Amino acid sequence: MSAHLLALKLDEAQRLNPAFAALIGPTPKPDLSLADWLASLDGGDLDRLKFSRIELEAHLLALIAEAEGFRTPVTRLRELRILGGRDKTGGAENLDLVLRPGAIVSVVGPTGSGKSRFLGDIECLAQGDTPSGRRILIDGEIPDPARRWAASGKLVAQLSQNMNFVVDLTVGDFIEMHAECRAVDAPEQVAAEVIACANRLAGEKFSANISLTQLSGGQSRALMIADVALLSSSPIVLIDEIENAGINRRQALDLLVASDKIVLMSTHDPILALHAQKRIVIAAGAVAQVIETSATERAHLAALEHYDRLMSDLRETLRHGARLETLPPQFSPFG
Amino acid sequence: MRVITVAGPPSVGKTALILKTAKTLGDDGQKLAVVKFDCLSTDDDLLYRRAGIAVAAGLAGSVCPDHYFVSNIDDCLQWAESLGADLLIAESAGLCNRCSPHVQGALAVCVVDNLSGVHTPKKIGPMLKMADVVAITKGDIVSQAEREVFAHNVWRANPQARIVAFNGLTGQGAGELAFAMRGAPDLETLEGRRLRFPMPSAICSYCIGETCIGENHQRGNVRKMRFPEVLA
Repeated sequence: MSAHLLALKLDEAQRLNPAFAALIGPTPKPDLSLADWLASLDGGDLDRLKFSRIELEAHLLALIAEAEGFRTPVTRLRELRILGGRDKTGGAENLDLVLRPGAIVSVVGPTGSGKSRFLGDIECLAQGDTPSGRRILIDGEIPDPARRWAASGKLVAQLSQNMNFVVDLTVGDFIEMHAECRAVDAPEQVAAEVIACANRLAGEKFSANISLTQLSGGQSRALMIADVALLSSSPIVLIDEIENAGINRRQALDLLVASDKIVLMSTHDPILALHAQKRIVIAAGAVAQVIETSATERAHLAALEHYDRLMSDLRETLRHGARLETLPPQFSPFG
Repeated sequence: MRVITVAGPPSVGKTALILKTAKTLGDDGQKLAVVKFDCLSTDDDLLYRRAGIAVAAGLAGSVCPDHYFVSNIDDCLQWAESLGADLLIAESAGLCNRCSPHVQGALAVCVVDNLSGVHTPKKIGPMLKMADVVAITKGDIVSQAEREVFAHNVWRANPQARIVAFNGLTGQGAGELAFAMRGAPDLETLEGRRLRFPMPSAICSYCIGETCIGENHQRGNVRKMRFPEVLA
């Protein structure tokens, strides 16, 4: 394996992985083999590269060997199974829940009831070793420790209201950079799609040339959701209380489901809760109920969304400096 | 004794990471000793003491912190041995990005945070490039996209490392890090082992106390900058 890689010409290796090119910099002899090039380095070269010769060789071989690896999604998932543990008093949690790609599940419960623990257990693929004692099976199997830790962190994408963009780049440059990490074939094109999609979700439009840190809260959230749906490698998305995010929530959910993610959202918003096919009710550290959204509940969505629109119209009215001397008739308590 | 070096830029959350991981290791019945290396002052030994962890603090003072570290690390192991500890964690802060405390044969952990910007992984030298595990903290406050780009850039800088997403507030990631630490090689002594990366070639007049600026005061190993040509 390594002998075959060491025989690669420098320019071939550079083409395989841009990181390789970035690391070794311009080289006067691109048709030198990797082995010969390594042998030609003197102490000064190694000092400049900040590596010992052995470390440099191992490092470059790993870059080449894995160049193909990051083209393929890290984790594919057919099925996620959550087996109950115990509640805060040590009582058994009666739970055996199977989720498949395309599922939307809401997680509801009072503050401090254990919603974050539930989402955290999924993220680290708990095996009875977290305070809740829950176990998570992937495609029906207990992941062995090596696979468990290789998958953790890559399995779950998170979206929450605490999150911000901190990097000082334009929207276009950054999303392109993310696309390059995923080794998509046309990063510019994909970045343009992500930005167009975010603009459909956000109330206010923005261009690719604006700096990420200048985006409003709603625009940031819209961009994060579009990016997770179209560019993130993670098959599971955890959403933490995005109800006030100033985005089209229904479109956001549709987008995530269309990209075959399993979506779990912790929420207090009746509209988001009823959009889910199931809702998990958490109390005292354990899942107390798993409720299928009924047809009647779903039928209420139209009414709830109607009132939601009325409220957001009032918000817009205020925003534009108008007064609210008269309310729409639907708001009259004497209806 | 399993020896683990933990290094990273200031304020990335090294101490929080060790404290949370120590809890997981303690629950597994592992006895831990921590040595905190710092430059001028540290209060972190109090945090460890409060958590019931055996701790020693070493301040480099006027000596280069990396030289101080390497001159004392084997004594740290002997101290931890005398306590009957299963693991020794050497936490070093205040190192420059040029250096690295990682020792061949001991588990090397580098801690970096998502807030430092997506280009940071390639600016940190052997501390990151030669680590076995790179823990990335503060992921809960940046976007998913930035987390993925940051982790990818860490991978580019060190494709051999295991990358762990760590939340110092909740301890998310502690299970994985504890797993890596328990799998660290068992060592009796560090004597004769080598640093993974040599310290800077030095000994100039400033190493030995010179403070005055100027050509006349520069002796020994001095390297001068090259500037772009000024066009007339």
